[in-house]
Amino acid sequence: MATQQTRSIGRIAVAPSVIALFLWMIVPLAMTIWFSFLRYNLLDPNPACSLMTPGALMDAANRCMAGTTNYYYFLTDPAFFKAMRNSLLLVFWVLVISVAGGTLLALLLDQAIYGRNLVRLMVIAPFFVMPTVSALVWKNMMMHPVQGFLAWITKSMGLGAIDWFAHYPMTAIVIMVSWQWLPFATLIILTALQSFDEEQKEAAQMDGTPPFSFFWYMIVPHLARPVTVVILIETIFLLNVFAEIYVSGSGGRAGNLPFLVYQYGLISNDIGGASAGGIIAVILANIVAFFLMRMIGKNLEA
Amino acid sequence: MARAVPIRRKLIFTALAWGLGFVIFFPVLWTVLTSFKTEGEAVSIPPTFLFFDWTLENYAVVQERSDYVKFAMNSVYLALGSTLLALLIAIPAAWAMAFAPGKRTKDLLMWMLSTKMMPPVGALIPLYLIFRDLKLLDSHIGIILVLMLLNLPIIIWMLYTYFKEIPGEILEASRMDGASIGKELIYVLAPMAIPGIASTILLNIILAWNESFWTLTLTTKDAAPLTQFIASYSSPEGLFWAKLSAASTMAIAPILVLGWFAQKQLVRGLTFGAVK
Amino acid sequence: MKSLLAGILGAISLAALASTASAETSLTIATVNNGDMIRMQGLTEDFTKNNPDIKLEWVTLEENVLREKVTTDIATKGGQFDVLTIGTYEVPIWGKKGWLVPLTQVDDPADLLPAIAGGLTVDGKLMASPFYGESSMVMYRTDLVEAAGEKMPDAPTWADIKRIADKITNKDKEIYGVCLRGKAGWGENMAFLTATSNSFGARWFDENWKPQFDQKEWKDTLDFYLELMKADGPPGASSNGFNENLALFNAGKCGMWIDATVAASFVTNPKDSKVADKVGFALAPDNGLGKRGNWLWAWSLAIPAGTQKEDAAQKFINWATSKHYTELVAGKEGWANVPPGTRTSLYANPEYAKVPFAKMTLDSINSADPTKPTVKPVPYVGVQFVAIPEFAGIATTVGQIFSAALAGEKTADEALAEAQDVTTREMTKAGYIK
Repeated sequence: MATQQTRSIGRIAVAPSVIALFLWMIVPLAMTIWFSFLRYNLLDPNPACSLMTPGALMDAANRCMAGTTNYYYFLTDPAFFKAMRNSLLLVFWVLVISVAGGTLLALLLDQAIYGRNLVRLMVIAPFFVMPTVSALVWKNMMMHPVQGFLAWITKSMGLGAIDWFAHYPMTAIVIMVSWQWLPFATLIILTALQSFDEEQKEAAQMDGTPPFSFFWYMIVPHLARPVTVVILIETIFLLNVFAEIYVSGSGGRAGNLPFLVYQYGLISNDIGGASAGGIIAVILANIVAFFLMRMIGKNLEA
Repeated sequence: MARAVPIRRKLIFTALAWGLGFVIFFPVLWTVLTSFKTEGEAVSIPPTFLFFDWTLENYAVVQERSDYVKFAMNSVYLALGSTLLALLIAIPAAWAMAFAPGKRTKDLLMWMLSTKMMPPVGALIPLYLIFRDLKLLDSHIGIILVLMLLNLPIIIWMLYTYFKEIPGEILEASRMDGASIGKELIYVLAPMAIPGIASTILLNIILAWNESFWTLTLTTKDAAPLTQFIASYSSPEGLFWAKLSAASTMAIAPILVLGWFAQKQLVRGLTFGAVK
Repeated sequence: MKSLLAGILGAISLAALASTASAETSLTIATVNNGDMIRMQGLTEDFTKNNPDIKLEWVTLEENVLREKVTTDIATKGGQFDVLTIGTYEVPIWGKKGWLVPLTQVDDPADLLPAIAGGLTVDGKLMASPFYGESSMVMYRTDLVEAAGEKMPDAPTWADIKRIADKITNKDKEIYGVCLRGKAGWGENMAFLTATSNSFGARWFDENWKPQFDQKEWKDTLDFYLELMKADGPPGASSNGFNENLALFNAGKCGMWIDATVAASFVTNPKDSKVADKVGFALAPDNGLGKRGNWLWAWSLAIPAGTQKEDAAQKFINWATSKHYTELVAGKEGWANVPPGTRTSLYANPEYAKVPFAKMTLDSINSADPTKPTVKPVPYVGVQFVAIPEFAGIATTVGQIFSAALAGEKTADEALAEAQDVTTREMTKAGYIK
């Protein structure tokens, strides 16, 4: 369908984006890789190993090289496996909740209902809230066992209060993050639903197709691509969830990989270690993306 | 046109939708309500809903203490600037990938998404150093570029998805009618893609508005957006819930208004009947 | 669409231009969003009317974000700030690295409280001027203590605290004998636990930098803390920091609260606190071993080396930490709101003596000595922290471990063993342990 002409125009059309993203990716990535092989601590008493003067770094390189020690320390950190596991768990559960919930909500909002605009805004609202604020609100005003709203409800029912962050920190984080991302999934799926051909819908109704078959055989394939897009985009964001874990102070037990990198970089000021951690996180993300693409990638080009 | 929907079905769905919507919206509502309470009231046990002494003092304090307008205008510049700048190069790119795909298109898409894989913390120092040397620290243009590059993959992906929805035959038909590519883009593609472009713009403005890592790190005062405004109300030594709620309400308000108006664009479905 | 875009780009460039044009010196001041600093911002007119050529630009952020921004900027010589608000943890470390400019125009440096000035001096030069200082003390509900048939001594022991807390606790009525920090963080639960451990005779490291979590003193500390919190602490304690406990205390849920002295002005403020008129104060507890469980901290103003505006910065710091400033605040908002804990003259002032918690605060600050914080000798300075760069990272992890123990995820012995492992690992990596 694409002619020779459109193909070469296509290449030119894509070029600016590709160039911009390439520069954006390669420069920080190269520097991060470089740092990951250095012994570089922001508060290092040895000035030659910090970047005070541009020239100093190059000639001090041998004194500051750390080889693979940064990687070694990061990977053997007792928190590493737990962080990686938490990263994957978080992504998995939030995906399940937001995609399933998003689809159901989108189907609901696609129906004829009174005040649809307002309901839609209410459903999308969580995405507007800054992650730091939403973490504070959930932790202290909703989930706190003494003064939180949920505690008040369960106590009024005589069930006592759940101390979410003490006993179920991962669950609490999953709830907070799903709440934030449900609107994203809903919005994309809803917009896709609304592009579903009215005529096909009418034809099916006139044929007397039962609603479930209609859903399964007509809507689901139509949704395949938007849902794939939602999954892939959300995965990338969810792998890097940071604010919610940081603000709620549950980094110890529910911390994921970015949080561990943060601990190395901004609390211990170990930039070498944090860079190594960053590279490891990128590798993990690439692995996840590779498997995801293998599983659902074909939906993109259907 | 569609058959009339039976009233009973409409009512059931309405109730269901409103119920779910309310549950989801509740924490946001709670924040807004808390902004009208005194600090002591905000943390009272048991929590109070509507029957407390409503006060505007938090808003007064926030207004007096911080220059909301400056922060809000910065947020607007940064969010709008980065989204529009990204659209300029994303629309052609997405068009090319949707309608003139090559063998590598899927890989290209995946690569674009992979530029977002690095945890921002890992690239903090490299980027800070680059900004320092290019004198971009605390500059509007610096952050606009960063936000644009952060969101470009998302924008391209979303546009790609929506463009793919548009049947290729329509574009072919217009081309056979003699329309050039430019005309094709403007007169045929654009109208059908409006809901998609609108929701892309909305979501990306929100992402840029709420981006708190780079905006906090790379700005100091001149280019500081609402994320810094919020960070100045968060967790000091002392009760702060009511003030933070007021600040948050002021930070979300522009977006909520924007979201409300953008809805009209999202509602319009594709009208294939007219085209055929 | 096009005109909108042009308009936006135009506005952006205009804004960029506007920010570069200025004839006066503009000082960018990084500060924490605590009440006293906010108050200072409200009073800038007093400074600018005497210094019309200096413009003050405030960057106010919460403590953790501020610390990260300022550290990143000063370590990479980013030059974004002219005046910094930093604490007694950073000053010795940064001072030694030559990152701070010695202060030359401080108002009557001999008047500064010795305990605090000592923590801010490097090589005999004052590197930062204290804006406000704090220690920690016991705040208790006079009515609940009385109802329990007890009397709180001015200088209680930990045994006193436990006994009184046990009597006050009434979980059915949601009254908890004592509220203490449990939230993970080197400045959160670890500040409290480290200071408490001093009073149990414990220390972080011995003279050879070997971690001491495997010793009896730390075991006593952690066992006591966990038992006390289990019997008399509120639910959710493992994520309660200063603010959460403040909220609980103000709502009337806590019998006692041991935390920063600055809390005193919050809990006695009838606007925010339901129990404002029922609060008593006592020194932080001890075990008779010679050190009490209180800490020492001062938020101070410093000048980063490399700033172009040193003179203006010195003038500003002089104003903000001067006796004149104290009087200014007292005149406008009353003596109870004056930044506490920095000058001897403040505490000699009879007006200030009328403030109910003034004396207790002073006594607490004076009884903390950062150069000799523990019963046994140590190679470091710092009462509730260890002034080495690695401390923040190590203590964050240890704080997470202890917070998990409080949440019931591990026993005290497991937590101590883990803390010992982690600390040894990090100290070996950093080269302290050979």
